[in-house]
Amino acid sequence: MARAAVTPGQLTAADGTPLKISLARAMRRRRITAFLLATPLLLFVLVTFLMPIFDMLTRSVANPEVRTYWPEVTAALADWDGAELPEERVFAALYRDLVSSREARTVGKVATRLNYEMSGMRSLIMKTQRRVQRIEPPYREAFLDLDPRWGDPDVWKLVKRMSSPYTLSYYLAAVDMRFDPDGNIVAQPENKRIYVPLFLRTFRISLLITALCLVLGFPVSYLLATLPLRVSNLLMIMVLLPFWTSLLVRTTSWIVILQQQGVLNDLLVWIGIIGDQNRISMIYNQTGTIIAMTHILLPFMVLPLYSVMRTISPSYMRAAQSLGAHPWEAFWRVYAPLTLPGVGAGCLLVFILAIGYYITPALVGGTSGQLISNMIAYHMQKSLNWGLAAALGTLLLAAVLILYWVYNKLVGVENMKLG
Amino acid sequence: MALPVYASTAERVWHYVFHVFCAGVFVFLIAPILVIIPLSFNAEPYFTFSEGMLRLDPAAYSLRWYRDFLENPQWLHAVRNSLVIASSATLLATTLGTIAALGLSRAEMPLRKTVMSILIAPMIVPIIIAAAAMYFFYSQLDLAQSYAGIILAHTALGTPFVVITVTATLTGFDRSLVRAAQSLGAGPAFTFFKVVLPLILPGVISGALFAFITSFDEVVVVLFLAGYDQRTIPRQMWAGIREQISPTILAVATILIVISIALLTTVELLRRRSLRLRGVRE
Repeated sequence: MARAAVTPGQLTAADGTPLKISLARAMRRRRITAFLLATPLLLFVLVTFLMPIFDMLTRSVANPEVRTYWPEVTAALADWDGAELPEERVFAALYRDLVSSREARTVGKVATRLNYEMSGMRSLIMKTQRRVQRIEPPYREAFLDLDPRWGDPDVWKLVKRMSSPYTLSYYLAAVDMRFDPDGNIVAQPENKRIYVPLFLRTFRISLLITALCLVLGFPVSYLLATLPLRVSNLLMIMVLLPFWTSLLVRTTSWIVILQQQGVLNDLLVWIGIIGDQNRISMIYNQTGTIIAMTHILLPFMVLPLYSVMRTISPSYMRAAQSLGAHPWEAFWRVYAPLTLPGVGAGCLLVFILAIGYYITPALVGGTSGQLISNMIAYHMQKSLNWGLAAALGTLLLAAVLILYWVYNKLVGVENMKLG
Repeated sequence: MALPVYASTAERVWHYVFHVFCAGVFVFLIAPILVIIPLSFNAEPYFTFSEGMLRLDPAAYSLRWYRDFLENPQWLHAVRNSLVIASSATLLATTLGTIAALGLSRAEMPLRKTVMSILIAPMIVPIIIAAAAMYFFYSQLDLAQSYAGIILAHTALGTPFVVITVTATLTGFDRSLVRAAQSLGAGPAFTFFKVVLPLILPGVISGALFAFITSFDEVVVVLFLAGYDQRTIPRQMWAGIREQISPTILAVATILIVISIALLTTVELLRRRSLRLRGVRE
């Protein structure tokens, strides 16, 4: 190591290096040590959590089916201009690809993929592959004889478009749009729009739940913050117990309470507010989702509000009143503005948690209470349209990350309170 | 918040309205949890109070749903799974999270905000997205339908809680104690186990409890990643609510409520101990 030149009169460390350099070196060492301590977890989260998320992002634009299972068609269509029907060699390529993908049992994947873009494609391909032995050259006539739809240029345009390795079509589907046969982006017909209304419903329900949590949580936090600590610590248990109780237990309780033969309906019938015949359906619909989710998310509103309100000195309100303010005015113009950081933190936290909620809507939501998460799960498990599930998931993730960024600016993650 | 003697009528009315409203909110918070407990002793297979129960007739109460739970091999298997998965995930998450928090709480930590936001991400990303992404990824690695896969996933979900609680405890930690130990000749490991760890232990334990409850209560990742063999208690409850609803799940729910009360009490006691150790007076 080259030793720095030492000018007379400069401060040096014991080994003769100038103090400045020596300090910088020690500082660097300490920074590396600090970072190394965080490295194991960073790597762990990277591999077990962030890589899966990244993998999902690529899945939402990946389009491997046609390319992988129909390589010859892909190659033959590469220089097709799309003006008129493809020539004989493209049909010959289709024949060879159909035979090989039939043997490899991959033809269904191509058929399903193409069917996402144009309904009827699956039946066309499956029908053709069943009769592929009967096809003899000249291939063009044979295919057209088998099914005239092979003479439709739109079908070929679709196959060509779907043979590119990446596609935006899943994202378009996720926002209720699609490519028309010429590759332009158009809106889905009105009766096929499901995802944008579902996103809007998710936002609407989440906003409503956030508002309900604020309305219920603000007075309670205020009460807890103004009571003596001994009492408020006891009452705080009532907020923390639901927080620590299993989600499924809380959801089960709401089913028990709200269902038609449940506790609340029984109580209402017994009091005589409603007749035995017209019990109210409060669960397996939107109402059920809203009630159960408000209950589950309320502690996330109370905790940040409480921690902010504890720091507001009661003398501010007294000062305002002694200067002649009406209690209401003192509250609105002095107290309420001081609680804003807590209100912001609580509302953001509740909203972030609400828009990604899955379990409760799935169990008590019926059909009208389903949120976007439930649609993602549906495409993951039932329809097996994983590309669309990934695209919907990515859009939801983007919304959450934006809100998280705001939350981080406003509150800072390290100040998050956990009861 | 006692009402002063000179309060006007309007103030009195407002005072009572306010308190009744708050009482209502507390009932809303706590009643759903309490209502399930007596119902789990119902002798009939219903989810509501029978007339006998309301008359406090002893014959209307029974332990049959608890017996059902204890005699059902599926439930017992689920209990074992839950305990194995949650304790492994807790151990991993607490170790990794505590070490990371030690680094993060140092003044000279570079890129602290960025690293922190990455480490907190598993808590923020909606669980359904995490579960879907993990399903895709872990299937490629042959980790789907295995204990290892679920434990890794639950560890990732639990670490943010450990990082947050331990970093919070370390902010009140007097660093000169470390220097004192080192000047007396203690090595880094000895300093950590004999000086640092005893002082931050309350934070570490509550972080561990958070990680435990996260795994113990987690159902979405299990829905996607677990095979039939890896069914946990929440997964079994999920099936119970969706498919064959029977009051056995009320018995399980009651047991889980008792567990959460125990956990809550522990965390609360630890928090107070930690405050006392740091010299904060409540």
